[in-house]
Amino acid sequence: MRLYIKYLSIHLKSQMEYRTSFLLMSVGQFFIPFMVFGSLYFMFQRFGELQGWSFFEVALCFAVIHLAFSLSECFARGFDSFSSLVAGGDFDRLLVRPRSTALQVLGSKFEFTRIGRLLQSVIVLVWSVSNLPQIWSLPKLLTLLLMIANGTIIFTGIFILAATFCFWTIQAIEVANVFTDGGREMAQYPLNIYEKWVTRFFTFVIPFGCVSYVPLMYVLDKREGSMFFPMVITFGGVLFLIPCLLIWRFGVRHYRSTGS
Amino acid sequence: MNRNDAWIRLEGIEKRFKVATRTAGLKEATKALFVRKHTVVEALKDISFSIREGEIVGYIGPNGAGKSTTIKVMSGILVPDEGQCSVMGYIPWKDRTEYVKHIGVVFGQRSQLWWDVPVIDSFELLRDIYSIADGMYRDNLAMLTEMLDLEAILKMPVRQLSLGQRMRCEIAASLLHSPKLLFLDEPTIGLDAVSKLAVRNFIKRLNREQGVTVILTTHDMSDIEALAERILMIGKGTLLYDGTLDELKERFGTGKTVTVDYRGHSEPITIEGTTLIEWTTERAVYGFDSEKVTLAEMVTRLSESVEVVDLAVSAKDIDEVIVQLYAEHQI
Repeated sequence: MRLYIKYLSIHLKSQMEYRTSFLLMSVGQFFIPFMVFGSLYFMFQRFGELQGWSFFEVALCFAVIHLAFSLSECFARGFDSFSSLVAGGDFDRLLVRPRSTALQVLGSKFEFTRIGRLLQSVIVLVWSVSNLPQIWSLPKLLTLLLMIANGTIIFTGIFILAATFCFWTIQAIEVANVFTDGGREMAQYPLNIYEKWVTRFFTFVIPFGCVSYVPLMYVLDKREGSMFFPMVITFGGVLFLIPCLLIWRFGVRHYRSTGS
Repeated sequence: MNRNDAWIRLEGIEKRFKVATRTAGLKEATKALFVRKHTVVEALKDISFSIREGEIVGYIGPNGAGKSTTIKVMSGILVPDEGQCSVMGYIPWKDRTEYVKHIGVVFGQRSQLWWDVPVIDSFELLRDIYSIADGMYRDNLAMLTEMLDLEAILKMPVRQLSLGQRMRCEIAASLLHSPKLLFLDEPTIGLDAVSKLAVRNFIKRLNREQGVTVILTTHDMSDIEALAERILMIGKGTLLYDGTLDELKERFGTGKTVTVDYRGHSEPITIEGTTLIEWTTERAVYGFDSEKVTLAEMVTRLSESVEVVDLAVSAKDIDEVIVQLYAEHQI
């Protein structure tokens, strides 16, 4: 963990060498999801509600997912851009260092310009929370934090899976974007508005349901029960991460025996 | 054989790669999307050798001969298909994280420093990656700064360094954790004469004073001549030669070429026991074997016929030796 922070600081220093570019990128990143959010807003303007979900409820869901996505893009960028590490042969360098490969890949790149996107999501989050008085309680706000953390872990898991494929294909496969960008687009709405099989897929295969559906229902008082269950279920992302890391290790072993 | 003889030991190492093949053309490329033909390339064939602690070994061979693959196996990056390898009692690919604490690796063509930050920041991150104790880090840094003359460049961002400065920093970076074994993969590639000399002198000193074992790959024979007492030569995945440089030269180095410049002469002069490689009206290049004809005889014969302006003798370079070795091994 200490080493991770060291990696973080060296990348921050590097990024600060190019201040103007950093600022412009961040501003750009601020406006990208802004457009998406704008369309969300105008849709509700026209239709009023979405299968019983009000604008601020969906906005909350939107903010949680986008926050999680930008956090994972910022801190797990190393996996997202892993193909260049393999194609350039720099992965060999990581293998002659006495640390786990996952940690080193994680530390190989950070994308601080995502701070723009992050900021935008935080604004939406604060705005929607302030308009939803039913969640102003400590356990619920805590659950909200857990939801964000969990979402970050799930996106990171997908990035790891996508990176693992690079051991076989060398080039990054765009298919993975179906699950990262696609997953983000799907999960920014409450999952029950979709067909059943979509909901199932995003609950049991890629557990976005643990972020943007089940706990959300509790937080918004859409389902009765104690807070214990949703708080537990938000750890579903960790369960998802474990197989991802195992598959990663398998990929590393494949790389070392083929050298491709 | 005493224990020390097998500090590094490779036995029957084999490594095969699967390479996708396809012929040119769009049609073939499309076909290759669905059906791939693979050919198996034998990168290493039955490689065995051992290295004693404290040796400097030059590992040479043409491009694609298997040098890097061998280095990758020895440094724990690749797992061989067949054979055994032990270094300092470790099996490199099995005990990777434990083993790599004791080795340093410099890939001449790839940087391990962080591009945009001052060199010293990279060093400090490496201190954390290798968990180097503070005292040891301070001592090593002071020693390396002095030996490689880094004082003035430590605070500069890597991207502003010249290639020679960068290489010195790369080498320092791979020695911060006091490794006992150092792999140098083409450490002098692209360096100017002064930097080359500095790097060579440092390697020599490191080996003599700290007893660090060095395995060095290079295409520059002067590197080998300056540093390595022993060379291993590999070609097409097979170990062709293991011994001293002098022995190798003795075996193959009797062939030399003589380049003669003379005042215009209209026809080629043939000399017995030599082959005329190149001829113009003002210059001729002869290949000769010093066992068959002496230089003195050649000069006498030449000056009988033409007015010699200049004459240069060169020993066969290593590439020719390799070609000759290939011929000998019928590869």
